[in-house]
Amino acid sequence: MTRKIRRLWFVVIFIACFGTAIGLILRAFSSDIVFFVTPSQIVFSPLSYHRVVKLGGMVVAGSVHWKKHTETPTVTFDVTDGLKAITVIYRGILPDLFREGQSVVVIGTTTPQHTFIASEVLAKHDETYMPKEVADALRKSGKWDPRFGPPPSDIR
Amino acid sequence: MTHFSPLTRRRLLMSIPLIGAMGIGFSFWKMLTDMSAGTFNSHDINTPILNRPVPYFTLPGVIPQQGFSSTELKHLNTPVLVIFFASWCIPCLEEMPILLSLKNFLPLWGIAYKDSPYNVKEFLHNSGNPFTRLAEDRHGLVGIDWGISGVPESFLIGAGGIIRWHNPNPLTEETMTHILLPLVKKISS
Amino acid sequence: MFFSPELGHYALALACIIATAQGIFPFIGLYYRNSLLINLTYRLAYGQCIALSVSFLCLIYAAVTNDFSVENIAMNSAVSKPLLYKITGVWGNHEGSILLWAFILSLCGTVVSLFGRHSLPTSLKARVIAILGLIAAGFELFCLTTSNPFMRIFPAPWDGQGMNPLLQDPGLAFHPPILYAGYVGFAVPFAFAIAALLEGHVDAAWGQWVRPWAITAWCFLTCGIAAGSWWSYYVLGWGGYWFWDPVENASLIPWLTGTALIHSAIVVEKRNTLKIWTILLSIGTFSFSLSGTFLVRSGILNSVHAFANDPARGIFILGLLGIVIGGSLLLFAYRAPLLTETNSTLFEPLSREGMLLLNNILLCSLCAVVLTGTLYPPFMAILTGQTISVGKPFFDATTIPLAIPLFIAMGIGPMLPWKRAHLWPLLNKLWFVIALTAIAALIASHKFYGLLPLVCATIAIWIIIASLSDIAQRVALLRAPFLTSINRACALPRSVIGVAIAHIGVGITVLGISAMSQAQHLIVEMPIGTTKHLAGYDWTLTGIAKKPGPNYMALVATLEVRNNGKLIATLHPARRHFNTQNQTIAHVSIASLPFADLYSVLGKQRTIDHTTTYVLKLHYNPLASWIWGGALIMVIGSAFSFSDRRNNHFRHILHRQHLSPSVIEAL
Repeated sequence: MTRKIRRLWFVVIFIACFGTAIGLILRAFSSDIVFFVTPSQIVFSPLSYHRVVKLGGMVVAGSVHWKKHTETPTVTFDVTDGLKAITVIYRGILPDLFREGQSVVVIGTTTPQHTFIASEVLAKHDETYMPKEVADALRKSGKWDPRFGPPPSDIR
Repeated sequence: MTHFSPLTRRRLLMSIPLIGAMGIGFSFWKMLTDMSAGTFNSHDINTPILNRPVPYFTLPGVIPQQGFSSTELKHLNTPVLVIFFASWCIPCLEEMPILLSLKNFLPLWGIAYKDSPYNVKEFLHNSGNPFTRLAEDRHGLVGIDWGISGVPESFLIGAGGIIRWHNPNPLTEETMTHILLPLVKKISS
Repeated sequence: MFFSPELGHYALALACIIATAQGIFPFIGLYYRNSLLINLTYRLAYGQCIALSVSFLCLIYAAVTNDFSVENIAMNSAVSKPLLYKITGVWGNHEGSILLWAFILSLCGTVVSLFGRHSLPTSLKARVIAILGLIAAGFELFCLTTSNPFMRIFPAPWDGQGMNPLLQDPGLAFHPPILYAGYVGFAVPFAFAIAALLEGHVDAAWGQWVRPWAITAWCFLTCGIAAGSWWSYYVLGWGGYWFWDPVENASLIPWLTGTALIHSAIVVEKRNTLKIWTILLSIGTFSFSLSGTFLVRSGILNSVHAFANDPARGIFILGLLGIVIGGSLLLFAYRAPLLTETNSTLFEPLSREGMLLLNNILLCSLCAVVLTGTLYPPFMAILTGQTISVGKPFFDATTIPLAIPLFIAMGIGPMLPWKRAHLWPLLNKLWFVIALTAIAALIASHKFYGLLPLVCATIAIWIIIASLSDIAQRVALLRAPFLTSINRACALPRSVIGVAIAHIGVGITVLGISAMSQAQHLIVEMPIGTTKHLAGYDWTLTGIAKKPGPNYMALVATLEVRNNGKLIATLHPARRHFNTQNQTIAHVSIASLPFADLYSVLGKQRTIDHTTTYVLKLHYNPLASWIWGGALIMVIGSAFSFSDRRNNHFRHILHRQHLSPSVIEAL
């Protein structure tokens, strides 16, 4: 086996492996990417009902309802982006950070009735939002100035 | 390719990793600079509210100041900056000096988010009041319609009540001089 | 007050200056052939390590003595925090972790100067230590300028803010040092690669020095990743163990290239070929380790674990990365073509080298896939403004098809001879393995639903059986008298046994992963005294009690799990309320049986019509603990092969001679 043939082998194996990798990536990109959508996008341009998407928005205050028709806790709530709202149905435990009026990300699929069946609910603390515990901590560390009224314990 | 010497050819081949790394590094640099300028945030939920008319609302004022509604914003001819803030939020307090200098360039309309009028008045009394109009969104319902994720957030409203710019962070000197004021100039002209 | 924060700050600045000197002196010394300057380098390496230890001790001292005038302590510690977490909390935050990073790096420099004292050629060793010094200087400068852990605040608060309760966990306490030891350990192969490029000379001995370092770093990284995954399994309470989160991927990418490195270094060592490729892998692995840290801290990636992000900090690290990675790749592009493979040996595709090369290419393809998936969302966001997320479906669809040929090759590789192999003897060795695997697959097909998990499980069994049969054939088990086999087993080189153990570990992990895809779970609301049925077990909620902890109040449920009336396990899932942060964290309770984990999470309580119900999440996770057990076995195997006397540095002290390639081949 000469150096040239060996190099040819290398190149063939190399191209085969990386070609496969690129092919797999492209195939997965066309089907397995989870797009981020907003409620108005779902209403104005309905998606395929099989496609898993991430829905982001705010939880409409007062829209959270618990149902108990089965043993599994089921909760419905509306998610809005300011233009349209969509009802989300979720079976499971809501995360500890889930609150009305806060932003939330829901993973799941849409239904023809413009509702959303969630498989996962992720509540997140936005860094711009000042959660109570952070405000408290800042007050403790001397950065909170009590002249500006009481700390925000009962406002939220 | 034939006029390269074998060594140069090998060098070119072996600079592929370098070129790749440079490309990735450049993109990161762009992301970071955009992040500090506030135009790129990988954590953002895309707000489709941009370049759309303001959502419908009417809010009462924090006495003695006058509240406002979406109708008033829609009848404007000059740009206005609408700011959601609260007395209980520390970044809002830090933002105040910027707002006080900003009020000489364009009118600032404030919306007190989930706050009591008493606290708002105390807050503004201590920090100085930059707001021409001041409305109160006691239960944060209007904030939901605007799609805010926290306070402070500011929206630049152009003629006809169209939202021209959205800043989900506290305003900084840099954002003000490099982004906001040039944008105001562009819209006004 | 000897260990004051100021002393720590001063020691850090001193370390930075020493590191700079450590990075410059050897080059001057080599240029002017001044052995004094070169010898000074080793002492500088020790000095840097001592200075950083002092600095680190000062920070720990401040944490233990509740010195809240130090901003870092005030932000991350509290009086009520248990002592262990006060100490480990030092590296649980950004500033402290960078200090730890620099400390481990200086430790590496020290170990190189200590252990390589006699075995390494002077010029190579001096250059290696110099490069380590330069990297350390960069990190210490970063620590001093943008993330100083010794910053004071005035007025000092009465109490600190406390750590994120999720981080208050013994698993996580020791996770960062191990992971960082892995990341930083790859700085040594990197420094060797750069030194080799500067010298313009690579030989088999170079591979022999690099490999132990690469293996050590790899062991730490493997432990770190496994510990991180175990942490997310039993702390986050989602029932999963790997979420393809950007932070997890940031550690997986250097692991993949590091795995490729330890395999390609074997080829350099034993066959004196694939040298340029190994150098590129050394540079790449450390570059990915560095970039991983950068990505986590810059806030570019959207992750659950992200540190508080600060673009200014990001710009600094990016600049540092640009110098380290850009500089080394530029040097590579310029100098590597001069390293011609002079006395390299040829080999056929079907040979041990061929399989190791295939392993390298597949691992790098895997790495490319993971890298693409991790970077695609932020890149799309900046190019098109479209927000997307790439998650498990993407990674499953792309990594599994690449991993399967890798695992198949893994079973065959160790059986092949160097240079060239023939198909018939190989098949002769393999028919038995194939038959056994087929039988195991048939048995497994009763337990697995779905084709893909079954295929993965079969491949895992294949790896285990092939590795075992390789050893069996080497010791002529059942073909020679049993005692002869035992004797031969004792005489086997440790590296051969180590490889088999490590590969079996991979097989066990893969088996665990495939079995975990069969996990079942149930979310239920249960009043006290009720029983639910899941996966053949009866789960009864027998009681709820309040129990105070050191800095939290816990609500603890008692859950009895029975199989056919026989008590299997008692679980105590809890919800802990931390007063300092006003945060409630679910505390998972797991019973690890040999073949499955019983996993429970307590949710919120609700009272409807005077009955209080508790939300419970129950999981049945088959073979879950095998995933981490396998990782541990991989590490043990690697450590075993590392202890092979042929890798022993001390032999060089005795012989002080370079081995000619023919001698190495004979070994």
